[in-house]
Amino acid sequence: MSKERIKISEDLYDIMPSDYQDLVKSATYGKEDRGWKDIGNSKELIEQHSLCAGCPESMAFRYILASLPNPEDTVMVGSTGCTSLVFPMVAVHNIHSLFGNQNAIASGLKRALSVRFPGRTKDVVVLAGDGATVDIGLDMTLQAWFRQEKFTTICFDNELYANTGGQESGLMQKGFVAKMAPVGKLFDKVRLPEIARESGCHYVVQCTVSKPSLIEKVIKNAVMIAREIGPTYLQLYTPCILEIGKNSMEGLQEMRDSEKPTERFAYKEYISEPAKQLLAEMAAKDKEKKAAAKQLAAQGA
Amino acid sequence: MGICLPNPGEAHINGVIVPEEKAYEEAAKQFLMAKVPTIFPGPLVLWAWNEKAAKKATAVRHLYNTLKECVQPGQTPMLIPMPDYRPKYPKINPEVEINPNHPNLTIWHNKIDCCMFIGVHCHQANLALKIIRGGTSCYTIAMCAQAGHEDAMLSFRDASVEKIMKLAEWVKKLKGTVKPRLTSAKSGASN
Ligand SMILES: Cc1ncc(C[n+]2csc(CCOP(=O)(O)OP(=O)(O)O)c2C)c(N)n1
Ligand code: SF4
Ligand SMILES: [Mg+2]
Repeated sequence: MSKERIKISEDLYDIMPSDYQDLVKSATYGKEDRGWKDIGNSKELIEQHSLCAGCPESMAFRYILASLPNPEDTVMVGSTGCTSLVFPMVAVHNIHSLFGNQNAIASGLKRALSVRFPGRTKDVVVLAGDGATVDIGLDMTLQAWFRQEKFTTICFDNELYANTGGQESGLMQKGFVAKMAPVGKLFDKVRLPEIARESGCHYVVQCTVSKPSLIEKVIKNAVMIAREIGPTYLQLYTPCILEIGKNSMEGLQEMRDSEKPTERFAYKEYISEPAKQLLAEMAAKDKEKKAAAKQLAAQGA
Repeated sequence: MGICLPNPGEAHINGVIVPEEKAYEEAAKQFLMAKVPTIFPGPLVLWAWNEKAAKKATAVRHLYNTLKECVQPGQTPMLIPMPDYRPKYPKINPEVEINPNHPNLTIWHNKIDCCMFIGVHCHQANLALKIIRGGTSCYTIAMCAQAGHEDAMLSFRDASVEKIMKLAEWVKKLKGTVKPRLTSAKSGASN
């Protein structure tokens, strides 16, 4: 786990565009305590992207990429939608899957990686929109959970099909009228977090991406639990400001308004017993490490 | 009618199988004739993912330096990387970086009339070479590490440090014997 495998050939270093040089010089591959606080101090694993200005999906991407515990040995699986505009700019291995197939692709990939690299930890993280996760890909999403596939599924929930102009999605709120769904949604928002829990996910969180520290925590938990125990699911509200008629600067407020305790994106979390145990062990180890470091610092002083 | 790929020890020039030696000579000639002879190193040599890759990178730099030493005034050798295969939207500077999905832009912007691919994975090299062939008059050479490229006008196979160095030797050997295309009205790539 380090930059050992991410080196530019010395004799061609000078002709490499600066974004690659920066990745090698100051990205946080291999940094044990990497997290959202590295944003601004180090090269992020995302370049320019072509999302709409102010789209909360871009914030979500930045926080997630800063928080993955093992980016150099992680493969992300994407699907068609606004998220797929970002993946070409991401410095983590990623695969674009046919719309809806992402959890099937990730299942095969995770198994293949463990055969191909038996001694190395390889994380697989699916990141797809609500249309891909809950509508067209629901079969693949659920089957992967039933089978206890060991990877994380992240859904960017913007409550509609944004990339194709605003069609109704299963995660859309009841009564919502979108540009290409003029009748208004006739049934309730699908309760995927509850379905995830019942389908065998060991860690399920629903939240917005308004707080980077929270995203760091849930990403780390989700990836570690998926690595050791079984499937995990994160449903992140990333409002499509374009479709709900907000300006570029209003995405953050929209998320803050929607995460109030009585609102539909109030923080929701489910952790299975084995996952709780793992998190407790991780916390204990972390505490020990910090205590040891403190002691070392005190001795040095 | 397709193009047969060369057997070990052979190469192809415009689809005709030739002994490798003939291909070195022709590639060196094409380089020395070109107004903007260019090497496009891909990820397999740009990244030092193993020792062999780093050595190939050194050989590529040597070939570029040799080209610079052997051309005449008015000829401008270039070394332009193809760091990865992502369609880097919304912004990519085609003058300093080649995007395999739009290699023609790099050819047009720099008026490249002869180029050599090295260290580009087969599927992307095939795509880029086809686009260059279809949209420009640039002469394409592939220093292919596998079985050769049917889409290049001249292709080596089993690329190695030794083969890159040998091509550099041929460039040196033919220095001063080839007339550059400097004056021709339609020199450089066309679109
Ligand atoms: C198999 C298939 N069906 C339909 C489409 C058309 N399509 C492209 S993006 C998209 C909607 C994506 O919605 P969502 O997953 O919610 O992502 P968002 O764009 O909202 O982030 C659809 C239906 C497709 N690309 N492939
Ligand atoms: S259409 Fe909506 S979800 Fe897609 S990039 Fe624009 S604001 Fe973001
Ligand atoms: Mg959506």
